[in-house]
Amino acid sequence: MSQMTLPVKRSWGETQRRDAWWKTPVFVFLMLSAFLVYANIRVFEGDNYYSGHSTAEANRATNYLTPFYSPLMFEVESRAATPSGHAWLSSGRPGWLPAWLSPAALILIFPAGFRFTCYYYRGAYYKAFWQDPPSCAVGEPRNEYRGEHRWPLLIQNIHRYFMYCAVVFLFILALDAWHGLHFRKPDGSWRWGIGVGSIVLLLNVVFLSGYTLGCHSFRHLVGGHRNAMSEQAFKHKLWKCSTCLNEKHMAWAWTSLIWVAFSDVYVRLCATGTWTDFHIVF
Amino acid sequence: MNSIQLRIWRGDDSSGQYHDYKTEVDDGMVVLDAVHKVQAEQAPDLAVRWNCKAGKCGSCSAEVNGMPRLMCMTRLNTLPTDAPITIEPIRAFPRVRDLVTDVSWNFRKKLTIKPFTPRKPDFPDGEFKMQQEDIERVQEHRKCIECFLCQNVCHVLRDHHKHDEFIGPRLLVYSAALELHPADTADRLKSLKDEHGAGYCNITKCCTVVCPEHIKITDNAIIPLKERIVDEYYDPLKVVLRVLGVRR
Repeated sequence: MSQMTLPVKRSWGETQRRDAWWKTPVFVFLMLSAFLVYANIRVFEGDNYYSGHSTAEANRATNYLTPFYSPLMFEVESRAATPSGHAWLSSGRPGWLPAWLSPAALILIFPAGFRFTCYYYRGAYYKAFWQDPPSCAVGEPRNEYRGEHRWPLLIQNIHRYFMYCAVVFLFILALDAWHGLHFRKPDGSWRWGIGVGSIVLLLNVVFLSGYTLGCHSFRHLVGGHRNAMSEQAFKHKLWKCSTCLNEKHMAWAWTSLIWVAFSDVYVRLCATGTWTDFHIVF
Repeated sequence: MNSIQLRIWRGDDSSGQYHDYKTEVDDGMVVLDAVHKVQAEQAPDLAVRWNCKAGKCGSCSAEVNGMPRLMCMTRLNTLPTDAPITIEPIRAFPRVRDLVTDVSWNFRKKLTIKPFTPRKPDFPDGEFKMQQEDIERVQEHRKCIECFLCQNVCHVLRDHHKHDEFIGPRLLVYSAALELHPADTADRLKSLKDEHGAGYCNITKCCTVVCPEHIKITDNAIIPLKERIVDEYYDPLKVVLRVLGVRR
């Protein structure tokens, strides 16, 4: 007969679980940390966002813009002589904007905010970063708890506004993928074609669409807010489609996150001339 | 016949300790069978609540190797036998004795939720006309067997003891079954936001993980309620549209 007493309040990490419950929070912590570090480096790099700027001859025909810099608000000063043609402000950097701010820094708040306030990521990073709780039925480090009932986490209710922006971004990224199917001829004209980068950018739109259109807020706004759904058949259809994507929301969230980083790595490698894109021009 | 070791917590709400029992088990036995065997052969005063042995009554909730489970639905061959199998009462509610807990808080709290308030019936005999596709969503919520495993694993109740401010996943599922019902007319959003503390849920999905009925508690009950609360109280655009009369 063992003589252990049952603790009323468990200490941090204390549990009777025997499975490797720590694996998922550690995975989430490492993956999100790695993404945050990489994204920050890229945002403040302020260059190598367009494959057509490449030093490699073959890559100069390509037209790939990295999703980290899309929409490209302005061309950075070092590329003013060879503009990508993607910049929204043809006049270049606005005078009021500090020189250290890259065009990516202006727009990344929208996709970052969308993911930060996403219902799936919230649950994942509360566990991985805040240990609230570290995992199901595992002791926590703190006694005090406010949840999302009060400030500051009440702000998570802003999620749907970031979702509206994310939907707009889908159209912009789809346009970039479309541009990625165009290749520049030596005489300056554009021809249809397809390259590895074109496929990378197309898949990026597919994965981000799966993630965005299966978002809980999207699902609610397209039909979930109604009780009698059959009264509006189109909304009901939209809700069912969104629900279908929502059932795999975690998978879409990770696939799209990893792929958007991979797309950026690919375009950067092309832009620096480290990698030569394989493409066929029709 | 295999020999296994069970480490069962025994005691009441003031004190207790783990007791080790060794017993022989057959293929196909579940944790509740082993506990009953211990009760029959070694500890006739061991208190354990059970009823259907089919995963439908929700009585035999406990923590098996640290995870909230129905003892009658947990096969012994799915558990590692290199160490004793730990069986404890659920932790979010007061212990009565051994593996039995007092879950009456849930029923008292349930009474604070506005009951089903139907619209005018469609037919003189009081019948309603509803489309199957409208009712499907709330049928998932009605699969709940009230085993309270979700309440037990929810860290807001289990670790932070917010029983006065938060009703927990089970009662949010109950609220969703009413609030999303096509024939219901009551508005529960204000009470869900204020007295019932829907905002305390931080979407860890542990309730969904342990649900023996596989109800997608977080995705299909709690988040739809949270979104409706956002509609009503935290969405400035919708507030403006309501003021302008564009939205109800």
